[in-house]
Amino acid sequence: MNWMLDYWRSSIGGKVTMAITGLLLFGFLVGHLAGNLLLLSGPEAMNEYAAFLKSKGALLWVVRCGLLAVFVLHVITGIRLARENRNARPIAYARPDTIQASLASRSMVFTGLSTLVFVVYHLLHFTVGVTNPEHFTMETSAGGHNVYGMVTASFSVVGIALAYVAFQVVLFFHLAHGVQSLAHTLGLHHERFTPMIKTASVGVAALITGGNIFLVLSVLLGIVEVQS
Amino acid sequence: MTLQLDSKIPSGPIQDKWESRKFDSKLVNPANKRKYKVLVVGSGLAGASAASSLAELGYQVECFCHNDSPRRAHSIAAQGGINAAKNYRNDGDSVWRLFYDTVKGGDFRAREANVYRLAQVSVDIIDQAVAQGVPFAREYGGLLDNRSFGGAQVSRTFYARGQTGQQLLLGAYSALSRQIGLGAVKMYSRTEMLDLVVVDGHAKGIIVRDLVTGELREYAGDAVVLATGGYGNVFYLSTNAMNCNVTAGWRVHKRGAGFANPCYTQIHPTCIPVSGDHQSKLTLMSESLRNDGRIWVPKQQGDKREPGQIPEDERDYYLERKYPSFGNLAPRDIASRAAKEACDSGRGVGETGLGVYLDFKDSINRLGKDAIAARYGNLFHMYSKITAEDPYSRPMRIYPAVHYTMGGVWVDYNLQSTIPGLFVLGEANFSDHGANRLGASALMQGLADGYFVIPNTIAGYLAEQKPGAVGADHPQFGKIRGEIDDLTKRLLSIQGKRTVDDFHRDLGKIMWDKCGMARNDAGLREALKEIPALREEFWKDVRVLGSADSLNQSLEKAGRVADFLEFGELMCRDALERRESCGGHFREEWQSDDGEAVRDDDDFCHAAVWEHKGPGEEPERNVEPLEFDNVKLAVRSYK
Amino acid sequence: MKVVLHIWRQSRPSTSQDFGQDGKMVRYELDDVSADMSFLEMLDILNERLTAKGEEPVAFDHDCREGICGTCSLMINGRPHGPERGTTACQLHMRSFQDGSEIWIEPWRAKSFPVLRDLVVDRGAFDRVVQAGAFISVNTGAAVDANAMPVPKADADKAFDAATCIGCGACVAACKNASAMLFAGAKVSHFLHLPQGQAERDRRVLNLVETMDKEGFGNCTNQYECEAACPKEIPVRVIADMNREYNRARIKS
Repeated sequence: MNWMLDYWRSSIGGKVTMAITGLLLFGFLVGHLAGNLLLLSGPEAMNEYAAFLKSKGALLWVVRCGLLAVFVLHVITGIRLARENRNARPIAYARPDTIQASLASRSMVFTGLSTLVFVVYHLLHFTVGVTNPEHFTMETSAGGHNVYGMVTASFSVVGIALAYVAFQVVLFFHLAHGVQSLAHTLGLHHERFTPMIKTASVGVAALITGGNIFLVLSVLLGIVEVQS
Repeated sequence: MTLQLDSKIPSGPIQDKWESRKFDSKLVNPANKRKYKVLVVGSGLAGASAASSLAELGYQVECFCHNDSPRRAHSIAAQGGINAAKNYRNDGDSVWRLFYDTVKGGDFRAREANVYRLAQVSVDIIDQAVAQGVPFAREYGGLLDNRSFGGAQVSRTFYARGQTGQQLLLGAYSALSRQIGLGAVKMYSRTEMLDLVVVDGHAKGIIVRDLVTGELREYAGDAVVLATGGYGNVFYLSTNAMNCNVTAGWRVHKRGAGFANPCYTQIHPTCIPVSGDHQSKLTLMSESLRNDGRIWVPKQQGDKREPGQIPEDERDYYLERKYPSFGNLAPRDIASRAAKEACDSGRGVGETGLGVYLDFKDSINRLGKDAIAARYGNLFHMYSKITAEDPYSRPMRIYPAVHYTMGGVWVDYNLQSTIPGLFVLGEANFSDHGANRLGASALMQGLADGYFVIPNTIAGYLAEQKPGAVGADHPQFGKIRGEIDDLTKRLLSIQGKRTVDDFHRDLGKIMWDKCGMARNDAGLREALKEIPALREEFWKDVRVLGSADSLNQSLEKAGRVADFLEFGELMCRDALERRESCGGHFREEWQSDDGEAVRDDDDFCHAAVWEHKGPGEEPERNVEPLEFDNVKLAVRSYK
Repeated sequence: MKVVLHIWRQSRPSTSQDFGQDGKMVRYELDDVSADMSFLEMLDILNERLTAKGEEPVAFDHDCREGICGTCSLMINGRPHGPERGTTACQLHMRSFQDGSEIWIEPWRAKSFPVLRDLVVDRGAFDRVVQAGAFISVNTGAAVDANAMPVPKADADKAFDAATCIGCGACVAACKNASAMLFAGAKVSHFLHLPQGQAERDRRVLNLVETMDKEGFGNCTNQYECEAACPKEIPVRVIADMNREYNRARIKS
């Protein structure tokens, strides 16, 4: 295991850790969005999907723990790298300037930490049921966990919906740079394909966060039926 | 004559001399090598290649450079290429032809045996550089490409775009870095050699200044290798880097080393013309441009039309006209003088009238813009940066500028100076180029000296020395260190009115006007009065601020200019005494009816080796006769 | 033309505890600058004036003044080597500035490049990175004939593009993280594309990266400021090359 820690501690090892965990988290986001889109198919579909996941029991917990580990690794490595980066320049420029680095690339630490805050809130909100217990405890007619009801009830609250939208905008910036960055870190560079990857990176970031925002807004604007 | 000028050329046919020297030279056995310490001053092509090669052999090496990294030595700025007699082109090249071209190019003022050796090892240099990963230009088949340079009718120049010097230096630097990493070389950057320590007639160490802390330090060794470059900056404006200087060479001269042919300076024909008084430095445009560019001026005096509006028949392609067989690839001294002649006759171009056109229109029409860009892109870019003109659409303006110095510390065939234990390499020695260096030969010589000559010849000296016989605690070190300390204090105490640069500019003007592209008796005599006067003023009125115990760039410069002010005088003296024209040394009194240099082989077929006689004393001129057994002395013709 | 300069002045070298906090930006005015002057010639004039006034001149590194030695190292208005692309500070001319411009001149800022005085920094860290492995281990005299090993032109060109690095440090200065990956990547990429470089391929990249990390440079976050600031326009491809090579070497080792 020593060699792994050794690798992780190196600059490139750290970067690759960010890239691989980032890629896994990105995959999760895709799956998460796909599941959430069931919201559009109505309460039955959504709640059945939720019940299906729950029914997997141990497997679900394995996946959850794995996901958590990946997430924690991503955050810890990111913080470590950011600290090293800060230390590498003890005195800042009196008059700094930027030639071409995008806003997204320059705000990765901010968007990353904001996303961490969001994830914590999101879990407290929908997974643990701390922030809005009244939504969390909603039940289906069969007495199961009413996920559809919980989600629509929450997003019909303007404050909650706007917070989710805002966090998704932040996440957009994180992904817009993150996806292309991970490709480069993994050694992908090609005269023809690299510009495509850059464009695609922004594209998928927009698709994912746009999809999430669309779901929130469709509840808020009453496009899908709200259960309360 | 008091200097012992034994050239130590091995006997036998010229082809066998180097082999026989390697065989008859004493060796140091591998186990003993590590007991000897060699101090290498300078880390350019010659210094870095010597330091790394000596360390590979097992000697303890300490290397010093005044730059912040060995990689920054001015060898890095060489653009065009490096010659080697590989004959990869099947165009009739051979070691013998490279030897012949170099002797002839140098106007028969070089030592035959040295030049032949240079041509012999030239082929090994290319092999060595390629093995190090130097990315020379290649053809689609994957083999090395060549181009042509001045003074040759074969294509023997290997190149890496317009950055050959950079790539070769980085190759030598990588070899040096490897030895530093292995602990075999101790590297001292930002450290300037200020004096040589001679004990019982042998070079045993150096005094240096740490340019960051200002501290003077002593280093003792069993031999000292100087690879400190040329003295072109005596002219103030030259293509040399700002920090190039003569200090190391001059100080060893004052400690007893003969200095040979200081008047041999090379004026490079293709540089960007001076644009104003503020100018600090001249920029070279590689000679390789003359492969595809045509040089011309208007036929009519004072023709101020735009170059594009001057019709073909009103242009004078003067090199092609005067030297039909070499054309635009005439050697540097000839091309420079021809440019001066054209400008002196009132046909110069540009605002100052001191410029000629280097025109690529025909080549662009023939080969296309892309092909020209691939060959010279970085040079065109550099030109447009400096002049704000586009050389693709408008001919370049060029003018000669000081570029290289063929004179230097006198060395024998083993590269040892008149001080035993002091070896001098590369441009710093009086070299293998005679009175004029051919293009792409400086890189060749620097690397030949460092990679292949010194590792073989230094053993012959060291084998006869007891290793570590003199340490830095020897009283001579303290004495000389004290002298340097006094000199520094004196410079800082003057607190006059004029800056160091101001003096340097004045010296440069004297040198350029009176000891530049053309020299004459009257001018040189004037210069010999003006320089001592300027020197006297310098020591009365120079202003150097700051302290001796910190990073102080004015102080560094002041020491260097003080040496130039002494050295310039010797240069003029040498130019005055050499009553003939040869190569880069053109005395107006010795020219043919059509303005070509006229040599005097009866009286001056020798190297003039100057001996320092102490402050205020006239230096003594010694001579080393040059013998030509293999190349017939002839009038150099490129017609 | 007239310019107002703000220049970092620092009299003592920075140390690992004190990064030069005693230094400060000082304002100077110059009112007779010619547009044809190079930027460094403008500084020469400033220094002549300062000397005449009895003030110590500004220390700055420079040597060849033709863009190849890599000595000059000025952060000009927040950009390494100034506003022009593919240009070193010594190749920059005053015509790139408007009359009346305010110009901020600072040293490279990085923990690994301590300031020695004013605008002069110590880039010894780069030398140490090279010493760790940016070479081919071949002793003088051990080479085979240069044409014994053909190198496809495309490969030679790729190697060359990386080898044009002048080691000036602009990449580190420009990087928001003071990372040296463009520099180190250029060394890896140079040898990676040549057959001669294959024998030491794994050792080289492992040693280079280890040394680079030890020197205290930051990490790459793929913002490509380095590429934009590089006076030799070395492509960030070399960083991807290094990443790949490092992982390959790690897996093999």
